[in-house]
Amino acid sequence: MAYVAVKGGERAIDNAHAWLAEARRGDPGVPGLGIDQIAEQLGRAVDRAMAEGSLYDRDLAALAIKQAQGDLIEAAFLLRAYRTTLPRFATSRPVETAHMRIRRRISAVFKDLPGGQVLGPTTDYTHRLLDFALAADAVVPPAPQPPADSDATPRVHDILGHEGLIEPDVASDAEPGDITRTPLALPAERDVRLQALARGDEGFLLALGYSTQRGYGNTHPFVGEIRMGEVAVEIEPSELGFAIDIGDLVLTECQMVTQFAGSKTEPAQFTRGYGLAFGHGERRAMAMALVDRSLRAAELGEEATAPGQDCEFVLSHCDNIEATGFVEHLKLPHYVDFQSELETLRRLRASAA
Amino acid sequence: MTQGYSFAYLDEQTKRMIRRALLKAVAIPGHQVPFGSREMPLPYGWGTGGIQVTASVLGADDVLKVIDQGADDTTNAVSIRRFFARTAGVRTTTRTAEATVIQTRHRIPEMPLREDQIIVYQVPMPEPLAKLEPSRPEAARMHALADYGLMHVKLYEDITRFGQVSISYDYPVMVNARYLMSPSPIPAFDNPKLHMNPALQLFGAGREKRLYAVPPWTSVRSLDFDDHPFRATRAPHRCGLCGADDSYLDEVVTDDRGGRLFVCSDTDHCETRRDAGHTGAEPLAAE
Repeated sequence: MAYVAVKGGERAIDNAHAWLAEARRGDPGVPGLGIDQIAEQLGRAVDRAMAEGSLYDRDLAALAIKQAQGDLIEAAFLLRAYRTTLPRFATSRPVETAHMRIRRRISAVFKDLPGGQVLGPTTDYTHRLLDFALAADAVVPPAPQPPADSDATPRVHDILGHEGLIEPDVASDAEPGDITRTPLALPAERDVRLQALARGDEGFLLALGYSTQRGYGNTHPFVGEIRMGEVAVEIEPSELGFAIDIGDLVLTECQMVTQFAGSKTEPAQFTRGYGLAFGHGERRAMAMALVDRSLRAAELGEEATAPGQDCEFVLSHCDNIEATGFVEHLKLPHYVDFQSELETLRRLRASAA
Repeated sequence: MTQGYSFAYLDEQTKRMIRRALLKAVAIPGHQVPFGSREMPLPYGWGTGGIQVTASVLGADDVLKVIDQGADDTTNAVSIRRFFARTAGVRTTTRTAEATVIQTRHRIPEMPLREDQIIVYQVPMPEPLAKLEPSRPEAARMHALADYGLMHVKLYEDITRFGQVSISYDYPVMVNARYLMSPSPIPAFDNPKLHMNPALQLFGAGREKRLYAVPPWTSVRSLDFDDHPFRATRAPHRCGLCGADDSYLDEVVTDDRGGRLFVCSDTDHCETRRDAGHTGAEPLAAE
């Protein structure tokens, strides 16, 4: 066999893309998937793609999921690549989750509390039996309507705060960092850590949070509260001088309450771990809250020995777009380097012989 | 140009931010400068750092060459060249001599570069100490103190165990006698080309969010010892197509009985030589 120079890379790429498009569409005898169907019926996939893609837009996320054939990391990547081109018109005011229009709100630390326990649309108490009626697309009877909105539901942490039993959540006027514009500097402050975790890979956060529960940096957590619902987004244009409501976001917020023995300067009190996710992302918000708390080890004077307490380890590896890129780039040609390794190995073996 | 996007894809503010970081990088040869790396429409690991650098230095009159593994026709090189042809509308070439900007992954062209050329390297791991010291703040401290003993110990240990340094690519270099630098995963064979190169050499690491540079005519020394000088090595063969005995070679498996053909990794170099009448031992297959 003679060597034929590898030509035709362009045609190969075009053909591969055509094949990909055909594979994505699947059997043309089956109706194509509408973006509205994905946005309406695969909402949790949309939520995850929005969170890891750091872009709140259900329709774009649904499109990304369709384009990615349901590969959610690829969908998040599509959203990231799109969001990076968007101009920034304004910075919103902090969203006020205390004024959330509650769909779900539970606390694991008080049996009952102002605002009540609201299960909402949860899978928590479903029995995981495959529902064959769903395959036949049975008509779903309407759910009972929740009682009319009560007033603001106070956060459990504010209730604990009245007694001084939990560390205060001090408001800051400082500009929060932005890892999408400024490269990560280590060790990172909590604002930057939270931003990185909020868009971090759900599986990575889950495994790290789990590891802290199993003794790799235990923080003895309780779910103070999980709440999910709509919050208003407000901006304050400088020419107006007052805030205007520009839309709503569905958010899931988790506040973990964790033990803290106290120190020479601090009385014994509970400490906080915080998680926030776009959409209905309870697993993500809880895992994030665990990792947020364990990353506070240094700040709280705890010994940092576990991976979940190592800020550099966690922040450098939690981004699945970066991770998948570097892992998958190994399939790009490396034959120049491999050749140099071959020659080195042959030389080493020759000199050893 | 593709509608709705800036020239060469990145918006002007981003390009200005990157050019500022590049100026700093040129001012401190070999020093890694953090920059606000953007998410690109190509994956991390495919050359997002190099693409951002190229996008920032490219002008409408530039002629762009993109190589991967020394070749213009590898799929990733084709893909990146197309990206710029589409978003910047610049002229592209496979000829090293014609290019004003060359983006490369894993090779330096065999033809010596000129003062009017810029070469942009795609860098996966900009931190040369990463394999010895995984913590970036700790590595940054070592750079600040020029504390490179760890790397010398690594080379020394290689020599005591193997009789020679076992690093065959991404071989660490000392730039301007001050900063230890990763030359990117080029084969050690290419390292001498970094030294006193007339062209501006820029390095971009997108995922790690670092840029660095070697200005023209800057000293770049591969780490070694007086009694174990650095040696650039290549496969001890001639190119089967053009007969070159001094170019870096790819090894192509031709059958399952140990048959091998060695050919130039730099496709432009090989074609230029064949056009000039040089031939190798292996006849070209009929097209």
